[in-house]
Amino acid sequence: MCLAIPGKVISVYEQAGMRMAKVQFGGVMREACLEYVPETQPGQYVLVHVGFAISTIDEDEAQRTYEALAELGELSELDAPEVDENGETAMRLMTPMVIPGREG
Amino acid sequence: MKYLDEYRDGTIAAKLADEIKRVQTKPWVIMEVCGGQTHSIVKNGIDYLLPAGVELVHGPGCPVCVTPLEMIDKAHAIARRSHVIFCSFGDMLRVPGSHGDLFSIQSLGGDVRVVYSPLDCLKIAKANPDRQVVFFAIGFETTAPANAMLAWRAKVDGVENISLLVSHVLVPPAMEAILSSPRNRVQGFLGPGHVCAVVGYREYEPLSARFKVPIVISGFEPVDILEGVLMVIRQLEEGRGEVENQYSRVLTRAGNEAAQALVMKVFEVGDRKWRGVGLIPQSGYHLRAEFAAFDAERRFDVEAIQTEEPAICIAGEILQGIKKPHDCPAFGTACDPQHPLGATMVSAEGACAAYYAYGRHLKPELVHIGEGA
Repeated sequence: MCLAIPGKVISVYEQAGMRMAKVQFGGVMREACLEYVPETQPGQYVLVHVGFAISTIDEDEAQRTYEALAELGELSELDAPEVDENGETAMRLMTPMVIPGREG
Repeated sequence: MKYLDEYRDGTIAAKLADEIKRVQTKPWVIMEVCGGQTHSIVKNGIDYLLPAGVELVHGPGCPVCVTPLEMIDKAHAIARRSHVIFCSFGDMLRVPGSHGDLFSIQSLGGDVRVVYSPLDCLKIAKANPDRQVVFFAIGFETTAPANAMLAWRAKVDGVENISLLVSHVLVPPAMEAILSSPRNRVQGFLGPGHVCAVVGYREYEPLSARFKVPIVISGFEPVDILEGVLMVIRQLEEGRGEVENQYSRVLTRAGNEAAQALVMKVFEVGDRKWRGVGLIPQSGYHLRAEFAAFDAERRFDVEAIQTEEPAICIAGEILQGIKKPHDCPAFGTACDPQHPLGATMVSAEGACAAYYAYGRHLKPELVHIGEGA
């Protein structure tokens, strides 16, 4: 779970005193905090770990890393429920642990 | 995308494997420290591509695995309380403690939630001012900046109904403990790429110099791992012991200094227990005194809970590179991912769980050899 997932920064904004972004990971859009890479602009690629961008990378690196993580089944972090501004989550119970390699 | 294709079709991997065979003249034992690397090695059968004289052993780099049973039991004691909303990452909530995993508390009426980001806890706390939101803050250096930001924002914004149950661990002290052991077999390391994206690799230099041990910071893709192994073997064959960076396309020597600065404002280094290994001095983070009000252990008075681990499990020796999963009589029989006895079986990034997931508990002639890289 120490691996960070690459995504594309779509938009950048301020929220609750922090620099935040909408980041696209494959077909999934999630929010990420940009406080640790504050100079990042829309269109750039970032490595995101548990909702925080930790470094910027180029597009080729982003694509290759994303595919490698998908093959390892290491993208499950992105399946965590979204918490809205009212503190409500879309779902609570997670599916059982999927053990990569078992299915085939 | 020619570059991508080359990276994936095995051409580069085959060349690197050939070069390793050419360079290697003596037997060497190399440990990869990151759980993501362990997972990739076992899935892709990278160890099968290496010459017989190069052995890969699998280090303690899965934070979920090494979170001590005692901390999970403390988490249980807190999460059972009726006014608590207990939050953590999904992986952590599935790890069994002495009384089942943390999800099992839901069936007792408890409120246990998976969060994507520690910042989700701020939203939940603001929306539930009459309840206590507790975040199980686990992880290595990669996760520390995210968890530090939660404590920082809670203090700055005055969100008093948040607290953190901190069980943070650090990679270099674990490597030092392995190298200092009289039973140590490890002669070179693949360092953890995404950990070093945050902290850089400066702090690995004194460790490498003191033990004269090669440490090559590497990515987790098959080609990264093979190139990292080649760089370690070159050093060993030439009698060098230095820090080198295989993963320069992602990280620098200095790392992310903004992240490091906030981590050091919130946390201080202190002793930590590791599941399977025991206490390692100065091997983790604790909240600084200025953040003591946000310490869940104090707020819920669980500091006194102590738990001993099952004696049969050899996870500690596996995490230190002394043994392999096959050396354990319980591996794949009494112990599997659904009924883990210890640290290395509790998460897909643990060595035992990875070996099990890819069929290595089966008879050798039935073992699926990965398609290479």
